[in-house]
Amino acid sequence: MAAHLKKRVYEEFTKVVQQQHEDLSTKKLRLTKPSKSAALHVDLCKATSPADALQYLLQFARKPVEVESVEGVVRILLEHYYKENDASVRLKIASLLGLLSKTPGFSPDCIVDDAINTLQNEKSHQVLAQLLDTLLVIGMKLTENPSVRMRLVDVACKHLTDSSHGVRNKCLQLIGCLGPVEKGVAKEAESQAAKDVQKIIGDHFNDQDPRVRTAAIKAMLQLHERGLKLQQAIYNQACKLLADDYEQVRSAAVQLIWVLSQLYPESIVPIPSSNEEIRLVDDAFGKICHMVSDGSWVVRVQAAKLLGSMQQVSSHFLEQTLDKKLMSDLRRKRTAHERAKELYSSGEFSSGRKWGDDAPKEEIDTGAVNLIESGACGAFVHGLEDEMYEVRIAAVEALCMLAQSSPSFAEKCLDFLVDMFNDEIEEVRLQSIHTMRKISNNITLREDQLDTVLAVLEDSSRDIREALHELLCCTNVSTKEGIHLALVELLKNLTKYPTDRESIWKCLKFLGSRHPTLVLPLVPELLSTHPFFDTPEPDMDDPAYIAVLVLIFNAAKSCPTMPALFSDHTFRHYAYLRDSLSHLVPPLRLPGRKLVSSPVSPSIASHEDPSQQFLHQSLERVYNLQHLDPQGIQELLEFTIRDLQRLGELQSELAGMADFTATYLQCQLLLIKALQEKLWSVAAPLYLKQNALASAAAKQILEETYKMEFMYSGVESSQVVIIHHMRLQAKALQLIVTARTTRGVEPLFGMCEKFLQEVDSFQRCFISELPHMQGSFVDKLLDLMPRLVTSKPSEVVKILQTTLRQSTFLHLPLPEQLHKATANIIEPTGESDNPLRFTSGLVVALDVDATLEHVQDPQGTVKVQVLYPDGQAQIIHPKPADFRNPGPGRHRLITQVYLSHTAWTEPCQIEVRLLLAYNSNRSKASAKMPKPTWSESLEALPQSENGIEGTIPFSKAVKVYIMPKPARR
Amino acid sequence: MPEIKVTPLGAGQDVGRSCILVSIAGKNVMLDCGMHMGYNDDRRFPDFSYITQNGRLTDFLDCVIISHFHLDHCGALPYFSEMVGYDGPIYMTHPTKAICPILLEDYRKITVDKKGEINFFTSQMIKDCMKKVVAVHLHQTVQVDEELEIKAYYAGHVLGAAMFQIKVGCESVVYTGDYNMTPDRHLGAAWIDKCRPDLLITESTYATTIRDSKRCRERDFLKKVHETVERGGKVLIPVFALGRAQELCILLETFWERMNLKAPIYFSTGLTEKANHYYKLFITWTNQKIRKTFVQRNMFEFKHIKAFDRAFADNPGPMVVFATPGMLHAGQSLQIFKKWAGNEKNMVIMPGYCVQGTVGHKILSGQRKLEMEGRQILEVKMQVEYMSFSAHADAKGIMQLIRQAEPRSVLLVHGEAKKMEFLKQKIEQEFHVNCYMPANGETTTVFTNPSIPVDISLGLLKRETAIGLLPDVKKPQLMHGTLIMKDNSFRLVSPEQALKELGLAEHQLRFTCRVHLQDARKEHETVLRVYNHLKGVLKDYSVQHLPDGSITVESILIQATAHSEDQGTKVLLVSWTYQDEELGSYLTSLLKKGLPSSTA
Repeated sequence: MAAHLKKRVYEEFTKVVQQQHEDLSTKKLRLTKPSKSAALHVDLCKATSPADALQYLLQFARKPVEVESVEGVVRILLEHYYKENDASVRLKIASLLGLLSKTPGFSPDCIVDDAINTLQNEKSHQVLAQLLDTLLVIGMKLTENPSVRMRLVDVACKHLTDSSHGVRNKCLQLIGCLGPVEKGVAKEAESQAAKDVQKIIGDHFNDQDPRVRTAAIKAMLQLHERGLKLQQAIYNQACKLLADDYEQVRSAAVQLIWVLSQLYPESIVPIPSSNEEIRLVDDAFGKICHMVSDGSWVVRVQAAKLLGSMQQVSSHFLEQTLDKKLMSDLRRKRTAHERAKELYSSGEFSSGRKWGDDAPKEEIDTGAVNLIESGACGAFVHGLEDEMYEVRIAAVEALCMLAQSSPSFAEKCLDFLVDMFNDEIEEVRLQSIHTMRKISNNITLREDQLDTVLAVLEDSSRDIREALHELLCCTNVSTKEGIHLALVELLKNLTKYPTDRESIWKCLKFLGSRHPTLVLPLVPELLSTHPFFDTPEPDMDDPAYIAVLVLIFNAAKSCPTMPALFSDHTFRHYAYLRDSLSHLVPPLRLPGRKLVSSPVSPSIASHEDPSQQFLHQSLERVYNLQHLDPQGIQELLEFTIRDLQRLGELQSELAGMADFTATYLQCQLLLIKALQEKLWSVAAPLYLKQNALASAAAKQILEETYKMEFMYSGVESSQVVIIHHMRLQAKALQLIVTARTTRGVEPLFGMCEKFLQEVDSFQRCFISELPHMQGSFVDKLLDLMPRLVTSKPSEVVKILQTTLRQSTFLHLPLPEQLHKATANIIEPTGESDNPLRFTSGLVVALDVDATLEHVQDPQGTVKVQVLYPDGQAQIIHPKPADFRNPGPGRHRLITQVYLSHTAWTEPCQIEVRLLLAYNSNRSKASAKMPKPTWSESLEALPQSENGIEGTIPFSKAVKVYIMPKPARR
Repeated sequence: MPEIKVTPLGAGQDVGRSCILVSIAGKNVMLDCGMHMGYNDDRRFPDFSYITQNGRLTDFLDCVIISHFHLDHCGALPYFSEMVGYDGPIYMTHPTKAICPILLEDYRKITVDKKGEINFFTSQMIKDCMKKVVAVHLHQTVQVDEELEIKAYYAGHVLGAAMFQIKVGCESVVYTGDYNMTPDRHLGAAWIDKCRPDLLITESTYATTIRDSKRCRERDFLKKVHETVERGGKVLIPVFALGRAQELCILLETFWERMNLKAPIYFSTGLTEKANHYYKLFITWTNQKIRKTFVQRNMFEFKHIKAFDRAFADNPGPMVVFATPGMLHAGQSLQIFKKWAGNEKNMVIMPGYCVQGTVGHKILSGQRKLEMEGRQILEVKMQVEYMSFSAHADAKGIMQLIRQAEPRSVLLVHGEAKKMEFLKQKIEQEFHVNCYMPANGETTTVFTNPSIPVDISLGLLKRETAIGLLPDVKKPQLMHGTLIMKDNSFRLVSPEQALKELGLAEHQLRFTCRVHLQDARKEHETVLRVYNHLKGVLKDYSVQHLPDGSITVESILIQATAHSEDQGTKVLLVSWTYQDEELGSYLTSLLKKGLPSSTA
C-alpha cells in the first residue's frame, strides 16, 4: 500500500516538475520568480542531515506560498515525509502540512487521502499528534463535506486507544470539532460503523491522564457549541469529575455541568443518601456553589462566573447563597446585617455597641447542622470574601446578573454589595458600585445602607466617586432623612473635592426629580427660611448653595406646592440658574412669575425655539444683505459674530452650531477685510509692509477652515464643500499676495501650477455639489479655467484677483447636530506656586487629567503638547488605555506626561495643552464621498491635498511651575 | 499492621502549650513546643520526661517542627533544647525563625526581670536554640533523613504560619498548626493540595462557630474610627504587638489613603518596630494585594502611621493610637486610657478577648467607674467598643480544609473537649473517616494501609496492558508475573525472567481429567460431535479437529477413547497446562454436562 502510494505521489510530483520545465523553456521572465515548490524540493534533496532539512523547512515556513503551488508543495513534502527517518523533521513536515492547508483559497480535498495515509505507518506519538492536528485543520476547511468529516472522525476513533496522551488529546479534539451533530447524518453513518460520538467521548471522561480527561470534556462542550444536544446521562459522570484531582478537569467539568443544567433545567435528579428529588438546575447550582470554595482559584473564578447565568434556579436555593447559617458555640447567631436591620427597624439609632451585643441566641440542634453538604449555603459569602480579587469580581458580576432577574434576591444581596464598597482593590469597589447601579431599579436603600454607601463619597479616587454619583442618580431612598443625609454627604464631598462639582450637581438633579415628596418637607430647612424673620441671602456663586437649589428646583418640577415655600431671592436665583445652568434646572411654573414663563407654552421645545430662531434669523440677515456697501457688510458681520458667540455661551445645546457659523463668518470677514486693503490699488513695491495684514488673514483663514473641518462632529459633506471653498479662496489670496510682493516670475510658476491643481481636485471631489454653488468664486473660476491654464502667471493672478472680489459669499447650510470638540484640563490646575523640582537630566512624571467632549476616535487624534520656556515643544501621544469612556460623546484622558530638561537657574512655567491631530486623508469629506467619484479621483488626487497633517490646539493651556535642579556631584 | 501513634503533650482537648508527639514508620517527630499562658509553675511547659526519663532527647526525636511564632506554639523551645537538651534539627519557616527570638526574648524579660523568676532560660540560650533551627520555604520538600521528609504549606493566621506534611515512605501526617481559611487585610487563606494524608491533625479552636463575613466587622470598625476622628475625638486601640495589630494597621492605613484623611495615627513603639521590619521583608508571605502592589509601595511602609511618643497623648485634635498591651492591664495602653477616659468624644476599641480582672474586661462588661491604684476613682466617659478580629478557621473552614486534603483520618487538637465532640461527630458523619480527640498524654493509634511500591519491568507491563482493554486507573487489574522479593526491594517480572534469574528450569504443570460420556457411537463420531458442540459454544476460541482424532481448544487437548468395559461410555481425556486453568476447568464442566441431544 505504502509503496503504491509513494509511486502515485511521485507520479503526480513529476508532473509538477515538468510544468516547471515548460515554464523555464517558454517564459523566461518567470525565471526570476521560481516556484516555491521547486526550490523546496531542491533544498530538501540537498539536505544531508536531519538538522539541515529542518533548517530548510523552517526557512521555507517563513514565506507564504501562492495558492496555485500549494498542492505541489504538499506532494513534495509528503514524498519527503515517507523518506525521512528523523521524527523531528517529520513533525515539522506534518505541521507545515497543516499550515499549508490553511492557505486561503486552497481547498484541501485533494490531500485528505494522503494525509490520512501518512498516519498508518507512523510510530512517533508526537508526529501522530501533529498529523491529527493537520487533519483537524483540513477538516475545519471542509466542514461542508460530511463524508470527509466522517472519515476523519473514524480515523480519530481508531487512534483513541493510543498510549500517548497527546494523540488521544488530538483525537478527542478532532471528534469534538468534526463529529456529526445532526441526528440524520448520525443514523446514516451507523452503517459505516460510526458510533455515537457522545459515548466515545464520554468513555474518556475516566481516562488515566488528566489532560485527556480535560480534552474529552472540552470536546463535549465543543459538540454542544456546534449544536448537538448532549444527553442527560452525562450529568452524573460530570458530577464525579468535579472531585477530580486536577484543576483543568474540574474547571472544564464545571462548565459542562452548567451546560447540562441549561439544557435540562426541569428534569428531576435524586439526592444521594435520601429519598428526595430535586430539579436538575437546583442540583447543578448547589454543586457549582460548592466549587466556589474549591482549592484552585481558577476553578473558583469559573464557578463564580457561571453562577450568574443560572437564572432558572429556585429562589430558596438562590437565597441560601447569601446565608452562611452563623453559629457560635452551637447557638444560632444573627449576622451583623440582620442586627443592623433590627437596630434600624427598632428605631434606635447608632447606639454604642455593648460587649456581647452579638451574643448568640437560641441553641441549635447539633444533628441538624450540616457543615459541608449544605450545597449553596453561603457560596456568595465565600466568593465575596475570597483571597483572589479575580474571584471577588466574578462573584460580584454573578450577583449582579442574578439580582437583575430576581428582585427579592436583589433586596437580599444589597448588604453584601454595600460591604464590597470597602474592598481593598479599587477595581472590585468600582465593579460593585456599577453592579449596584444596574440593579438599583429593584431596590430601595435603607438608611443604614445609604450611610455606608455615602461613606465612600470621600474616596480619593475620582472614578469611584463618579461611579457613586451615577449610582445615587438612580437609587431610591425611602425616607426624608435619607435624602438629607445624601445631600449633606454630597456637600461634604463638594468641599473636599471641588472638581466634582458638575458630577454632584447632576447627581442632585436626579435625586431631586426622583423624590419630590421627600424633598418637600426639607425645603425650609435647606433654604434656611424662617416663618417670621428674613434670613440673609445666600451667596449665589457658592457651589454648595447651587447644589441645594438644583435639588429643590428639580423636586419642585413635579411638586407644585413647593414654590410657595420659596423666598423672594430664591425666585431670583431660579431665574439666574435657569439661564446659566439650563441643563440642570428644569423649567418651572412659578406662581408669581407668570411673565417669565407664560408667553410661550411650557413645553421644553418652546425654550429652544427662540434661540434657534435667533440663530437662523441672524444668519439669514447676513446672507441677504451681502450687496450692501463694504463698510456695512463688515459691521454687520462683526455684530453677527458677536451675537453668535454670545449665544453659544448662553445656550450650550447650540454652542457647536453658533461657534461653527461664527467661525465661518469670521473667515468671510477676514477675507473681505483683506480685499479692502489699499495695497491692491497701489503699485506693489510701495506697500511691502502693509500686505502683512493680507497674508496674515490668509493664514488665519486657512487655520480656521481646518478647525471647522476637524473640530466639529456632525459636519456633513455640504458643509465640507463650503469649508474647502473657503480654503481655496484663502489660497488664492495667498497667491495674489505673494505675486504682488515677490519680484520675478519664476517662483510664481510653481505656485500657480499648484493652485490650479487644487482647483482641479476640488472640482473632482465635489462635483456633485457644484450646482449649488452658483456665482461663487469657484464657479467663476471653473468657467475661466481654459483661459487660466494657458495664460501666464501674472495673468492668472489678475484674473484671480478680480474673481475673488466679485464672488458672492456662500450660504452655509447647517446640519441638525453639530458639536464642537472641547477639552478641559482638570489637572494640573495651574494654580500651584510650588515648583515641581527634579534633577535635570532625569525625568519627572506629571499627572494630566482632562475631559474631552465630542471627540471622535480620541485614541488616534488627541495629543498632549508641552511647551518649554525656551520655545521647545514636545508632543506626547497618550496610550490608548489612558482614555476612558464614561458616556456617549464624552471621554476622559488620565495620563502621565514625562518632563525633562537641562538645569535652570530658577523655576519657570511650562505650558501643557491638548492638541487635536488631523490628517486630511482621514477627512470626512473623502470618506463620505460618493463611491464613483472616489474611485475616479483616487489616483489623480494630488499629493498635497492627500496628506495635510497638522494639529489644532483645543484646550486652554495650563501653566505648570517646574524647576530642574542641577545634578549634585 | 503499620500504625501511626500520636500523643499530645499539650493542646490535647485544651488551648495553649501545643506540643504533639507523632511516631510514624519508626520516626518520632515533635510538632510545636509551646507554653501555657494560664500557668506559672511547671505546668506551663510540656512534660518532656514523657519522652524519656534519662538520656538526651536527641536520641529519641528525629526532628522538631514549629508551625508559627505564637508563644503557645514555640514558647518552650529554649527550655526544651537547652535546658532539657536536644541537639537535633528544629524546622520552621523563615519569618517564624526571624520573629520567634524577639518574642521569646520579650517573654523571658517579663518572666525574669518583671516577675523575678529564677531558673528560667537566658538570652544566650535563646540564641543557642535558634542556631539549631533550619528554615524551610513554602512547598519545599526537606529531607530530614533518608526516609523522613517534611513540606510546608501556607496557613494564613500570622506571618509565616505554616502547615506541615510529614511523610515517611507512603505514610504521611499533616499538622495544621493554627490556620485561617478566610483571607484578611494582610494575609491570604490557608491552602493545601489533595495530598491525602493518613492522618490530619487539625486545630479546632472554633469548632462550634460559623463566622459572619469579615467585611461587616471591618466596615464597622472603620466607620467607628472615622466618625470619632471627624468629631475631633481620639481613638485608642489596645493591641498585642504582633498579628492583629498589623492587620488593623493595614486596614487603617489604606482607609486613610483612600479617604484622604489627615488625622495622625500612632503606634506605640517597642518590639513592634522590629516586627514591622520583618513584615516588610517577607512580602511573599502576605496576601495578593500586598504582594502585587509592593513594587510601587510596600504596604508595611506606613505613610500615615508614625511612632508614638509619650508626649503626643496630650496633643489637641483627633488621633488614633495603637498601644500595647491588648488587655489594658498595664503599660502604655493603660496610661493613655487614663488620660483619655474622661472625654466622651474619645473612644477605645478592644480588638480582642480580655481576661477577667483586667481593665479591658471591666470596661467591656459595662463598668463605668474604675478603681485605680491609690484609691482613685476613674470615671469612664469615652465610648467603649468591642471588635473581634480572629484569625482561626471556623467550623466551615475546618471542614473545607479537610475536604481539600482528603485525609484518611482526622485528629483534633487545640480546642475545648466539648466543642471537639461536636466537630468530631460532624466529620465522621460527613466524610466517613475516623476522627480522634486525645487528651494530653493519651496515645492514639491510627492503623494505616500503606501501599507498597513494586518495580515492574517495562516489557511485562506493556505486554500485560496490551492484552487488556484500556487501562483504567480506578480499577485494579489482573496481571501475570512473578514477584521477587530480594534485598529489601520488590520486583514484578515475567515468569521466564524469574526462572532465568533464579537459575531454575521450567517445569510444566499439566492437569488431566477424564470425563465419562454416554455415547454409543464410534469414537470418531463422538469426537466429531464433541467438536461440533465445542465449536458452537466457544465461538471466540480456536477449536481444531486434528487428523489424529484429538481436539484442541487453544492449547487444551481432548482425546476420546472407548471405555475398556462399557463400550457405550466414552472417556474424554482433557488435558491442560497450568496457565490455562480457567479455560480448562470451564471445558470440563461443560463436557460433564453432556452433549446436547439435538446434535444426535
